[in-house]
Amino acid sequence: MAHFYIFYTRLRTEEKLLFQAAEGKGLPFSAVNVTDAFWPDLPGEKGDVALCRCVSQTQNSALAILLESRGVVTVNSSDVMALCADKVTTAAKLTSAGIPQPEYAVAFSPEGALEAAKRLGYPLVLKPPTGSWGRLLAKVNDTDALEAIAEHKAHMGAAHSVFFMQQFIEKQGFDLRATLLGGKALTVIKRCSAHWITNTARGAYPERYPLSPELEKLLGQVQNAIGGAVLAVDLFETPDGWLVNEVNGQPEFRSSDGELTGVDIAGSLVEYTWSLAKQ
Amino acid sequence: MSTKVQCVICEGDILISDGAMEGELFLCPDCGTELELISLNPPVLAEAPEVQEDWGE
Ligand SMILES: Nc1ncnc2c1ncn2[C@@H]1O[C@H](COP(=O)(O)OP(=O)(O)OP(=O)(O)O)[C@@H](O)[C@H]1O
Repeated sequence: MAHFYIFYTRLRTEEKLLFQAAEGKGLPFSAVNVTDAFWPDLPGEKGDVALCRCVSQTQNSALAILLESRGVVTVNSSDVMALCADKVTTAAKLTSAGIPQPEYAVAFSPEGALEAAKRLGYPLVLKPPTGSWGRLLAKVNDTDALEAIAEHKAHMGAAHSVFFMQQFIEKQGFDLRATLLGGKALTVIKRCSAHWITNTARGAYPERYPLSPELEKLLGQVQNAIGGAVLAVDLFETPDGWLVNEVNGQPEFRSSDGELTGVDIAGSLVEYTWSLAKQ
Repeated sequence: MSTKVQCVICEGDILISDGAMEGELFLCPDCGTELELISLNPPVLAEAPEVQEDWGE
């Protein structure tokens, strides 16, 4: 009989909702805090399924790779996690699939970043290739600011030695967050803020947004390009259509779940994951 | 039912309900420190770790 695991390190709202959903459905389920545990003394056998929900992306990827080596099906797979955890990798994948995204450049030194800015123009957005919740994002309005930020970054260690730069997109006070499960759009919400950073983790408020055929088609293309069981796709509206800003592989979904959208994301995610078990 | 545990920073009282789980976060009502429940029987709180560079979605 297959078993359903949820591995975690920190109990966010999402993890609590997932535990409740798995318990409520009466699944053979265990919640495992991996903080002080070690491999190979973690549970999971061939045919089992696992939701990997560590708050650290590095830990989550390591965990998924190890579980997969034993034949456990992880959500997401380690490949998809790795793809989504790195903005350069995601952008490259979207480019090769011909999916519209903000124009970007990748530089390898502060000098390279200054040259790239001449191509992109100002304002631009500088992002660490890995990271989340809008951390260390910089909207750069001119060369003076770029020189200073690039110099600071050069002192911040190897993770900041690749400069991911995007054209700044003038938004009308919101971006979109679509949550996809098994390739289908479960929910779409607007994340609204007066600040240019519209992460709900940074105080933006969510609103409902309808799924148009145009969006559905684009989200289908993103799903095909990235793969994965569960994805959160962030999009910007422009006069020329939608641009995909980024794709998250271990989504937080509290703002899209329940009351606002009427969709039980936690319950659906648990059910979908369990359907991948060999019973 | 709940158990009273002292904040590791200011010794203020924090109520941990019986259904609480390892990894759960609490805010000290007195000093506002973020605390993490690091073990259950008996409940032990520690200062929650700072957000790391690779945390998130
Ligand atoms: N090129 C851009 N132009 C305009 N706004 C941007 C641009 N890039 C990012 N933003 C704003 O900053 C927010 C965070 O950006 P992004 O999603 O790339 O960072 P993140 O730290 O990976 O966030 P998360 O993973 O939590 O979604 C976006 O939701 C958007 O509001």
